[in-house]
Amino acid sequence: MTDTQLTAEPTTGEFGKSRTRKEDARLITGRTRWTDNITLPGMLHLALVRSPVAHARITGIDADEARALPGVIAVYTAADLGLAEASLPNAWPVTPDQKAPQAPPLAVDTVHFAGDAVAVVIARDTATARDATELVLVDYDDLPPVLDMEEALAEGATLLHPDLGTNASAHWVFDSGEAGTGGSAKEAIAAAENDPDAIVVRRRFRQQRLIPAFMEPRSVVVDPSGEQLTMWSATQIPHILKTMAAATTGVPEHKLRVIAPDVGGGFGGKLQVTPEEIVVLAASVKLGKPVKWTETRSESLLSAHHGRDQIQDITIAAKRDGTVLALDVDLLADMGAYLRLVTSGIPILGAFMFNSIYKFPAYRFACTNVFTSKTPTDAYRGAGRPEATFAIERIMDELAAELGREPLELREQNWIKHEEFPFTTVCGLEYDSGNYEAATAKAKELLGYDALRREQQERRASGDPVQLGIGISTFTEMCGLAPSRVLGSLAYGAGGWENASIRMLPFGKVEVVTGVSAHGQGHETAWSQIVADQLGVPFEDIEVLHGDTQISPKGMDTYGSRSLAVGGIAVVKAAEKVVAKARTIAAHMLEASEDDLEFSGGRFGVKGTGKGVTIQEVATTAWAAHDLPDGVEPSIDADATYDPDNFSFPHGTHLAAMEVDTDTGRVTIRKYVCVDDVGNALNPLIIEGQVHGGLAQGIAQALFEEANYDEQGTLVNGTFVDYTLPSASDLPSFTTDRTTTPATSNPLGVKGVGEAGTIASTPAIVNGVIDAVRHLGVNEVEMPCTPQRVWRAVQAAQGRATQETPVDTHSPGAGLGSIDPNNPQEEEVQ
Amino acid sequence: MAQVRVTVDGVQYVDEVEPRMLLVYYLRERLGKTGTVVGCDTSNCGACTVHLNGQSVKSCSVLAVQADGAEVTTIEGLARDGQLHPVQKAFNECHALQCGFCTPGMVMQAVDLLGDNPDPDEHEVREGIEGNLCRCTGYQNIVRAVQSAAHAMKPGVAAPVETPAPVAGS
Repeated sequence: MTDTQLTAEPTTGEFGKSRTRKEDARLITGRTRWTDNITLPGMLHLALVRSPVAHARITGIDADEARALPGVIAVYTAADLGLAEASLPNAWPVTPDQKAPQAPPLAVDTVHFAGDAVAVVIARDTATARDATELVLVDYDDLPPVLDMEEALAEGATLLHPDLGTNASAHWVFDSGEAGTGGSAKEAIAAAENDPDAIVVRRRFRQQRLIPAFMEPRSVVVDPSGEQLTMWSATQIPHILKTMAAATTGVPEHKLRVIAPDVGGGFGGKLQVTPEEIVVLAASVKLGKPVKWTETRSESLLSAHHGRDQIQDITIAAKRDGTVLALDVDLLADMGAYLRLVTSGIPILGAFMFNSIYKFPAYRFACTNVFTSKTPTDAYRGAGRPEATFAIERIMDELAAELGREPLELREQNWIKHEEFPFTTVCGLEYDSGNYEAATAKAKELLGYDALRREQQERRASGDPVQLGIGISTFTEMCGLAPSRVLGSLAYGAGGWENASIRMLPFGKVEVVTGVSAHGQGHETAWSQIVADQLGVPFEDIEVLHGDTQISPKGMDTYGSRSLAVGGIAVVKAAEKVVAKARTIAAHMLEASEDDLEFSGGRFGVKGTGKGVTIQEVATTAWAAHDLPDGVEPSIDADATYDPDNFSFPHGTHLAAMEVDTDTGRVTIRKYVCVDDVGNALNPLIIEGQVHGGLAQGIAQALFEEANYDEQGTLVNGTFVDYTLPSASDLPSFTTDRTTTPATSNPLGVKGVGEAGTIASTPAIVNGVIDAVRHLGVNEVEMPCTPQRVWRAVQAAQGRATQETPVDTHSPGAGLGSIDPNNPQEEEVQ
Repeated sequence: MAQVRVTVDGVQYVDEVEPRMLLVYYLRERLGKTGTVVGCDTSNCGACTVHLNGQSVKSCSVLAVQADGAEVTTIEGLARDGQLHPVQKAFNECHALQCGFCTPGMVMQAVDLLGDNPDPDEHEVREGIEGNLCRCTGYQNIVRAVQSAAHAMKPGVAAPVETPAPVAGS
């Protein structure tokens, strides 16, 4: 349908409007473009032969039977595809001496985790390709798995990559004393230990291993028939993928086009340059045919990168009056078997966030990155910051308990007051704006905090079997992953700028090209709102284009809550340039001086007269180019690349009223309230949706999800039967609200919202569970807080023996009473 | 090979299929009905939900040959005469989708749920869609959408709407 008539009214005042999404029309009718939907003439289908064992030498591969299966075109190993020397990229060497193993897209000689790809089968259809993988006989000479991080670092441990000489990849330290941004945490803690007016609290927390579990399985199609190789991939990062795939394979970068069509969620899980992308590319080139690979869900859970997996040793020192003195953080972070794209940097993204909203005078952070024979880890929603927020919010509760203080009051005593912004933290970051008091006051009121505290006292006094706890999380996060200079100082391999361009079409419609790559975030709608305001053109007249390196040649893609705070600002900057260029032509059209024009509601008007032209009329005039001022180019299109000076710092207060059945360990979320300050709100409807989804993932870490490995290093819950994503009936409705302190670092005053819910909610839930049973002597329950673990914690605290059955860390089935295959009872072992 | 005769979104098809072919692959690969998607391999996620003779089924758990003689409605056949089904409309209005991958299955399941229970409370909605996983929304807006659609589908509230086809052959 063509609509060249400019009938729609300008829709300025879009900022702050809860627009329903324009992208929904396709998605609710099934008119979708998932990568797996793509079918090309002569297309072949690829399936991977994956290692069933964690660590072994490959002593032989017999593919004769597979090759003989009708419909099979080829079976390839790394050497066959010219990939034996290739290594997948790690873009973040966190220390100059970081140890990174060779990471071939297909294993060469040795497999390093169960799921490591060994060979590929290419066939005429998917079913045949998958059938044939079963016929590829691989001989493995087993080597011991490397599973436990502390054992991996011990003297004499099996080395996963013997050529590196160690299982430690890197040791990264920040010390505010050495950086000159604060005192020495070690000294402050030592002093506190000898000071009767001070207290030191130590705890160990465990961040279990999680799986991002985006709903759309990964899929790659490569068509080698054009001048540029075209790769479609279910990826968050088409631009980075293009650059890195070129670097990995030797395909010149100008000979590769990457398209991320409709992408069904990512959550960091599709922030990757995958072995499969490289293998499909190589196979397609070798065969001269389009090749497709789409993973099964089980394959996805097994081989797509995992998230979190840290051991956190936290030490906090405070005066007896509650004033915090120092924080010392010692982490072990599980890299898994290889360093993927930003594996090594994920824990470092938390390095500046453990101090959070509190005024610590001294801070130290140290992290050792460790190799194990498990699926590689990498970004998962929040990436480093959920880990930091969990640790600080848990230890603040522990400090409050040790001091006998009300936990929210203790926080307030130590947090940055609203009049103290901008505030430079002990890490040297400048928090531009915030108001923790306002968010907390609103959250307390919405929860009915004081009444629930009274009810808690009553239930404790009456010995009610169902106890009540209130979980608190007052958090901040660093968002808007950019400033390039900061990323450079952290040895990250790229910049953090973002690009946008605006194309004014002949009849006045607008194409907005953005370098960020949406996969559920609603950028088409939100960017249209921005441009409608900036240019005064109707919302409906704007098309947002993204996710194709040929259409959107420059970008750094979508992750780290950066799209609006960086990419959205690039759109604003491009629009400002369009208006500036249009102003020159408008002045010419109106025979007026540029200085006499005012631009409002899409119209350049001559001050003090009724004369004016619309920006659409200017676009048409520029396109016709019959009568332009001398030396003015016939275009008002513009592009802008924006690199912010600082991160943004959303914050908020999350409160969870948790009920714990002390007889069964069952945990119920009675009420969840969050008040988030994400700066100015562009589209409240989308913001609320992001918060809801974030909460669900953060709560899932607290209560439901964990990737479990057995003692052979096999992932034991690698299907949706036993990797327990919450369903609708596992979650409550949340009470969400906002307070607003605009970011001062960008012209829209926006901060980012994609990760807030996930970062804040996990400690709120766990603090609530522990608060419910703390009076019974419990001060720790490991995540996920399954009924079994909660019940055990209560029993142990009461000095009661628990049956000699599975203990805590490995309980598939989310502890729903299922037998634990990791720790079977003696009599169950056959 | 086995022959199937099946009506999908109002169009009749006759095809030879491998007996092991799942209905979802028949829909996607043979008929190009790519609106219906595959999200898992253990029938847990519900992304592939369609209606088989008016009842919701996970099309990854039905063989194509089992659909012989049946009528299948997918997300692509839900809107009639250019009019969105009230559930589709409510999903947009309530922001009940983000990436949209679970949406086809979620919508088809919600339509089925409202056929059984035209006025579900929040708990009933949550129970009714628990076989469909969503990773983006935290379900809250999906629940809101289903209840909003229920309201819109009440007689007299809005224009008459298509209800699921009656169960045939059962």
